[in-house]
Amino acid sequence: MRPGATARLAGAGMGLDLPLILKEAGLTALVVFALALPLFGFRTVDSAGGLDVAYRFDWVAAAVAVAFVGRALLVAMRTLGGAQRARPGEGLLARAGRAFYRHTTWIGAAAVAFAVLLPLLPFADRYVIDIASYFLIYVMLGWGLNVVVGLAGLLDLGYVAFYAVGAYSYALASLHLGLSFWWSLPLAGALAAGFGILLGFPVLRLRGDYLAIVTLGFGEIIRIILVNWYSFTNGPNGISGIARPSFFGLAFSRSPGPGEVAFHEFFGLDYAPVHRIAFLYYLILGLALVTNLFTLRIRRLPVGRAWEALREDEIACRSLGLNPTNIKLSAFAIGAMFAGFAGSFFATRQGFISPESFTFIESALILSIVVLGGMGSQIGVVIAAFAIVVLPEWFREFQQYRMLVFGAAMVMIMVWRPRGLIAHRDPTVRLHAGGEAGR
Amino acid sequence: MMALPDAAGEALLEVEHLTMRFGGLVAVNELSFVARRREITAIIGPNGAGKTTVFNCLTGFYTPTVGRLALRHPRRTYFLERMDDFRIAQFAGVARTFQNIRLFPRMSVLENLIVAQHNTLMAASLFSVAGLFGLARYRHAERAAIERARYWLEKTGLTPFADDDAGSLPYGLQRRLEIVRAMCIEPVLLCLDEPAAGLNPRESAELNRLLLAIRAEHGIGVLLIEHDMSVVMGISDHIVVLDHGSLIADGTPDEVRSDPKVIRAYLGEEEDELPGDVAADFGRNHGEGQA
Repeated sequence: MRPGATARLAGAGMGLDLPLILKEAGLTALVVFALALPLFGFRTVDSAGGLDVAYRFDWVAAAVAVAFVGRALLVAMRTLGGAQRARPGEGLLARAGRAFYRHTTWIGAAAVAFAVLLPLLPFADRYVIDIASYFLIYVMLGWGLNVVVGLAGLLDLGYVAFYAVGAYSYALASLHLGLSFWWSLPLAGALAAGFGILLGFPVLRLRGDYLAIVTLGFGEIIRIILVNWYSFTNGPNGISGIARPSFFGLAFSRSPGPGEVAFHEFFGLDYAPVHRIAFLYYLILGLALVTNLFTLRIRRLPVGRAWEALREDEIACRSLGLNPTNIKLSAFAIGAMFAGFAGSFFATRQGFISPESFTFIESALILSIVVLGGMGSQIGVVIAAFAIVVLPEWFREFQQYRMLVFGAAMVMIMVWRPRGLIAHRDPTVRLHAGGEAGR
Repeated sequence: MMALPDAAGEALLEVEHLTMRFGGLVAVNELSFVARRREITAIIGPNGAGKTTVFNCLTGFYTPTVGRLALRHPRRTYFLERMDDFRIAQFAGVARTFQNIRLFPRMSVLENLIVAQHNTLMAASLFSVAGLFGLARYRHAERAAIERARYWLEKTGLTPFADDDAGSLPYGLQRRLEIVRAMCIEPVLLCLDEPAAGLNPRESAELNRLLLAIRAEHGIGVLLIEHDMSVVMGISDHIVVLDHGSLIADGTPDEVRSDPKVIRAYLGEEEDELPGDVAADFGRNHGEGQA
């Protein structure tokens, strides 16, 4: 209906086609009426005799009126605006986007500087730093999954499994083997990468939807094992009392144990719990930046280019002598490794983990960060993680409406920028110097 | 380069009794021919004759039901029917292009050519470890890869487009890019599946020049599937004609052009050449009877 309508509007030029506007607005109002009548119109209320039905037809009328006027205005605006905006690609968004791409390096540097200074800023209280490190976990997970989904084009719906492997390997290693965080970190990464390869083998021949279903299953298998292997993982009760990381052997506690030196004593500060929070923040910031630098670097290496080539056309890759098995497994392993690092950070930050933290919704959240940000874009992941993780946290006061707004925002982004916020891709190597964004 | 100046005319690929069955359908039947170094061998035939199936067998995308595909290198022989597709490209040095172009559309033209040199670069970067730390060894290898890419870009007039997305190129340039991408793996045998499809006369003349230059300067064998007779007759040294999966003619362009079996396969059988009852039995479906 819409393309035909716009064509007719364009033909009418500047004039307002009143019957068309009324028709479109009327149709919209009809749809809203059909939806609003059951949703708004009837309501159950507690009364003395049990449940009673109350009516809110005034709400229905208001919704229909808003939809009618809104749609009419929208169509009218499109008629008037269509004449002026001859080139559709030259919208404000497109121009802002180009300016953004030209200065990506500076924007990235400014963001890193801001992130480094954040705990020192006056408004940064415990809550802000806590949210920021929560946000950075998702940024790191997004960057890790970006290797698998954005670069290699392998749709992975079970990414949270590797996050869980990392978290549990640190928790169990610190509990049973007494390993410190810094020793467990490579162990967690290696174990997660191992699981990445383990998942990679059976799905080598799958692509697209089939791959997504198998990875989804893999994520659930890991979670169900965590729930049911009671003797090893303590089942649904989870693992508590996970060791906190230390600052080069300095503990973050008011009264350190025998033979330990506390951070505040060593530096002659007063004890403040925010030290530990800030330390955790810098820890995840460092891990996330390592992930980012690694990914940026590896994109320019043969492996990274092979990942992107595999995403573009697997058959062409084979015909050029690229071994698809190695390429896929390396993508799964490296993506999983970063999830493992993030997982062990998560365990040490929370001090408690249970299978509850590793449900499918987490995978979906991370995947939506990658897709929304623009597949393969590093800075897009940061923006999308901010939109998906931080904004709902800020708008917590709005209670149930925040999810409604969140959904609406997702829909709008997909309408305006169907390939993600940052769909731009810079070549990893240039023949002609002087292109935008240097090497 | 694998150029062998004194090896002209020597057998490069020997196809013996190649048969490919898909269930009850015989796509290629007992096909034998030889392709030589420094020669352009064209495989022609009506639609559905099994030409692309031969390519898919040669490049490992299919495993032949029966047959031997021997690729003669100076020091050893590769039996392609036993190898994985990517190993055929990597070790035996058989490169191919596709009927429907298969570039990496959202990567730049230059990146397309660099990806083709993956195995060389991978070894130079010690499986990326050296590359990760920016060692000189990898930087040199990458520069060499870019130089090779530049050579091919200049040869095909693609240099101004080097940093554009491959998918944004015009169709004719995409075809050319696919061919030079295949050349970047330094093949000994280049298999082109309908490289002139969809090209205008000027573009196919340029294609002819490119293929002749590849044959002359790189001393490799070229296998060519093509319907465009101006390309086939203009540049082939040797033509193999297939019909319904079987070899019906094998010779120089002049021999093939005048071969009555080839004319019959292309123009159809005249009914009065057959006895009446046979013609009635086979009717217009005589081909399916043979298969």
